[in-house]
Amino acid sequence: MSDFASAGARFVNIGERTNVTGSAKFKKLVLAGDYDAAVEVARQQVEAGAQIVDVNMDEALLDGVQAMTIFLKRIAAEPDIARVPVMIDSSKWSVIEAGLKCVSGKPIVNSISLKEGEEAFLEQASTVRAYGAAVVVMAFDETGQADSAARKVEICQRAYKLLTSNGFPAEDIIFDPNVFAVATGIDEHRRYALDFIDAAREIRATCPGVHISGGLSNLSFSFRGNEPVRRAMHSVFLYHAIPAGMDMGIVNAGQLDVYDQIDPELRDACEDVILDRRDDATERLITIAERFKHVDPATEKKEAEWRAWPVAQRLAHALVKGIDAHIVEDTEEARQAAERPIHVIEGPLMDGMNVVGDLFGSGKMFLPQVVKSARVMKRAVAHLLPFIEAEKDESAKGKGRIVMATVKGDVHDIGKNIVGVVLQCNGYEVVDLGVMTPWTEILQSANDNNADIIGLSGLITPSLDEMVTVAGEMERAGMNLPLLIGGATTSRAHTALRIAPAYSGPVIHVLDASRAVGVASALVSSGPQRAELIDGTAADYEALRQSRAGRGDKDLATIADARANGFAYDPEGKAPPPLKPGIHQFGEWPLRDLRSNIDWTPFFRAWELAGTYPAILDDPVVGESARNLFEDAQEMLNRIIVEHWLQPRGTVGLWRCRRDGDDVWVLAGNEEVRIPFLRQQIKKREGRANMCLADFIDPDGEDWIGGFAVGIHGIQPHLDRFRANNDDYSDILLKALADRLAEAFAERLHQHVRENLWGYAATEQLSNQDLIRESYSGIRPAPGYPACPDHSLKPLLFPLLGEDPAGVTLTDNFAMLPASAVSGFYFGHRDSQYFGVAKIGQDQLADYAERRGVDIETATRWLRPNLD
Amino acid sequence: MSTPAASFRSEAAKRILVKDGAYGTLIQAEKLDGCTYGGDLGLSRDQRGNNDLLNLTCPGVIEDICERFAAAGADVLATNTFNANAISQADYGAEAYVDDINRAAARITRTVADRWAAKDGRPRWVAGALGPTNKTLSLSPNVNDPAFREVDFDTVKAVYREQIDALVEGGIDLVLIETIFDTLNAKAAIMAALEAERALGRELPIMISMTLTDLSGRNLSGHTVEAFWASVRHARPLTIGLNCSFGAQQLRPHLAALSAQADTLVMAYPNAGLPNELGEYDEAAEETAAQVREWLDDGLVNVVGGCCGTTPEHIAAIAKVVAGASPRAIPHTNGHTLLAGLEPMVLAA
Repeated sequence: MSDFASAGARFVNIGERTNVTGSAKFKKLVLAGDYDAAVEVARQQVEAGAQIVDVNMDEALLDGVQAMTIFLKRIAAEPDIARVPVMIDSSKWSVIEAGLKCVSGKPIVNSISLKEGEEAFLEQASTVRAYGAAVVVMAFDETGQADSAARKVEICQRAYKLLTSNGFPAEDIIFDPNVFAVATGIDEHRRYALDFIDAAREIRATCPGVHISGGLSNLSFSFRGNEPVRRAMHSVFLYHAIPAGMDMGIVNAGQLDVYDQIDPELRDACEDVILDRRDDATERLITIAERFKHVDPATEKKEAEWRAWPVAQRLAHALVKGIDAHIVEDTEEARQAAERPIHVIEGPLMDGMNVVGDLFGSGKMFLPQVVKSARVMKRAVAHLLPFIEAEKDESAKGKGRIVMATVKGDVHDIGKNIVGVVLQCNGYEVVDLGVMTPWTEILQSANDNNADIIGLSGLITPSLDEMVTVAGEMERAGMNLPLLIGGATTSRAHTALRIAPAYSGPVIHVLDASRAVGVASALVSSGPQRAELIDGTAADYEALRQSRAGRGDKDLATIADARANGFAYDPEGKAPPPLKPGIHQFGEWPLRDLRSNIDWTPFFRAWELAGTYPAILDDPVVGESARNLFEDAQEMLNRIIVEHWLQPRGTVGLWRCRRDGDDVWVLAGNEEVRIPFLRQQIKKREGRANMCLADFIDPDGEDWIGGFAVGIHGIQPHLDRFRANNDDYSDILLKALADRLAEAFAERLHQHVRENLWGYAATEQLSNQDLIRESYSGIRPAPGYPACPDHSLKPLLFPLLGEDPAGVTLTDNFAMLPASAVSGFYFGHRDSQYFGVAKIGQDQLADYAERRGVDIETATRWLRPNLD
Repeated sequence: MSTPAASFRSEAAKRILVKDGAYGTLIQAEKLDGCTYGGDLGLSRDQRGNNDLLNLTCPGVIEDICERFAAAGADVLATNTFNANAISQADYGAEAYVDDINRAAARITRTVADRWAAKDGRPRWVAGALGPTNKTLSLSPNVNDPAFREVDFDTVKAVYREQIDALVEGGIDLVLIETIFDTLNAKAAIMAALEAERALGRELPIMISMTLTDLSGRNLSGHTVEAFWASVRHARPLTIGLNCSFGAQQLRPHLAALSAQADTLVMAYPNAGLPNELGEYDEAAEETAAQVREWLDDGLVNVVGGCCGTTPEHIAAIAKVVAGASPRAIPHTNGHTLLAGLEPMVLAA
């Protein structure tokens, strides 16, 4: 059902199982007065993903008012059902009104219409509104139910005008333009589906604010008893109706097929019927329908089928598909059949992981799926481990053993964990030392474990130097094993220029997880590829060092010249003084508010899926993988919000300041604090300035600057839980989501500052897209990022923000804890903009060290990437 | 002459308005000076504790309290009618006096409000207070029968209608539905007010105030503040907000969530902190005011006042901190459809 789930917010599933007209089972329960069991039906459909529960008691043998009342009161007492809105569904007004008297939230009434004229219609609408409900309006008027597109549109437009001119809000109107049966053999019915789709498009265009809903089961009425064909028809219909504007539907969410996975012959035949593409469409569908009748729904069939396979094949299937439901029992079965438990790993499990590795290597499988496979593998191995240990077998170390660590002072490990998982999937044994690992521990562990490779990771700039330290210590210890370097801040250049010279063993920069396997397998091989990789890399790095050595500072202006070519300050663009200066604490910003501010593109990038959200969901190559990942992310995000896993905390400060050259002196309390900024020194074309953040502060008189920190708290117990379950996938997913929430919070808080606290943009009306594109005035540069590359500004910024800003603390190397945190400065000037400082010269380095109050050596360490 | 709602909105656009504090706390402290709860009404049951009845039997005491809140700087004066509904009064056997109590209460408050408005030229508004009653429409008191309810929607609606009509007769400007622990009770009150408005043929503005029963931010019927807002927004209330619950400090995150969403004025009136071991509120006036000050800094509110444990001193301290503070800007709606179970659901436009 990923087609529909990926449409996410675009399509709302309304559960249809608590409807006596549609579910024989539910009808039987209600008629028997078995409300306990009837309530369970509601619970199951909410658990299965129904976002609204439709309740219908229209049955001749039932007292509808009484049944509706009892059932709604019963589900009101079940918080896991009552959390979602109710749709009160009846053709009897008395039943609807009885239902409205029992529902405490904001329900939807289904439905009212113009059947009995305008007066009755408006009277009912006004009553619905007084009870505080939204309403479904059927395309039905005094002359009957609308069948053609023109009639559907005409009635809905008329109803829209009547309602809105009588004070009924447009956003509380949902039109149901009637889904009728197609493929009935009657010519007049041929266009029914198409008419619905056309009408939906026209209604959405001409009646702003409304929604379109419909009940799907009518559509396939002619194929009663042929479930596979009905499902295919429903899926094909939605595939076309959703883009036309249908955004809700009464459907059985669990029983929709993925459009792409419907048998092409059946799909084409359904499409011919629904889009009325050929005269013989109905006949053709009827002809082939018989053949599909006994084809069980694809997934269920496969489910049953693969469970009957031999155990080795089942294990491989579970690994490739990432299914962990049966993994423990299957592993146990394999263990009992195997001579030794280790053979299960070496045999069927590794075979399965090799398939995963091949698929990943050839680009047919993507990272999120690989990580899911790894979760299955880990569960299997966890089951076998006690048996292997009982055998006291010095377990074989697979293809090789790799010690991995995020270096001291750094807390970021999403990338490292991904690389670890991918290596494990490919048969390597990974000893993961976690984050903030001192070099002593890394070397010790490499020795103790007889490692073949050491891998280092880091995200923040000071980690670069820490890696040089680790390399130097490896040299001193006389080690010779390969050192792999990875992480967002690392680069081939830095590795070549700084790390490789410190260590005589092989040093290799690994760009991303997908390259890690190739590099590792060459390094552990006994063939020529090992020497080829090591020598080739060494030669490459040497060439790079040569070319850099010759370059010097020729392309740089002197700092004096750069300052003379600074960005011209325009007094016109100065932001007014803040409405609310000083420190503002945000104890716990509601998570649900941040959801809409999430920038998803970097989320996919973290998983090495290239593309821009939302287009990535439809990408021909990674689309499916992205959709599944996105679906899992949405599901976890729901739980994060509903179960309150994470707590966003934030602090904002707005202070008076003055500018002195490239310094900004911030007046917080009674103290002035000097914040030194760096200036671009690359020689610029005529008319292009050498920028510095200080350029956005008024050079002649008082101005204002802001600062902020946000942190996402509370993640650890959840990570511990996932770890205990060997669930790397959820572990990485949660960290990636927490990072996104931190960024979303920073963006949201910036908006709050612009609109309310600083208040210079009180009437901003921006969509999330606008926010991501930063189409607003003012910037929030963060220490450690291009415009402000020195992470060491954080210990200057944090004390300005008062005691315990956002609950975030700094490590020795200026990484923030919790790891999902953002901090930075606010500049309000209209012209303020992001830029990269890039390379700076020794003259600015010396000047900066003095302004920052540290020796040149320390400044060099902090600004390393801007010096190389 | 502009309508009360219009004058309220225009004044609220200029400054933060102040609502009064609680009657109960002061009545407890007041000596009734020879007058008794039951007066000479001849009711058979003991009326001690029936604070609402004092509007009839000791009107001077109530007028005096109202006067002190007005003097402290309150712009919104609420009637002493929290339990003046037929359901709550039935506990005292005094349901026959519901009309009289409400009319009298409204007249007392009206008199004080008009006197102060004439004195300093600043408008005062009289809010007719509707409490939640002591019965709930959403929960069953019988664990063996989850579909059982002690009352039904139409009864609760009629009870509220009776109270509203009497308050209107007594001269209120606004209907204040407060301390809402059950969202469905509030929906019945809203419907009663809308029907009263229709019968009256003129605008009868509604103020709505929810109370939270736990720190996670839900009321007794289980609604989050956002779900609550979705459920009552159809009333087009003059103000939406929170009262009672806990102190200002604990109320704040939930107030922020509501404030971010509600496209109308926000009113909040906290207790004087959390009760001590004796169930008394002992947060000093300055302390309450300092915490209200934080709300102002974040632009969360348009109207502030006090609930349990707050005295004229608290209200005076609050009036002092709101002076000069800029009122919360009302956010624009985005045309999204709001639905709600216990949790909110938003459909993009």
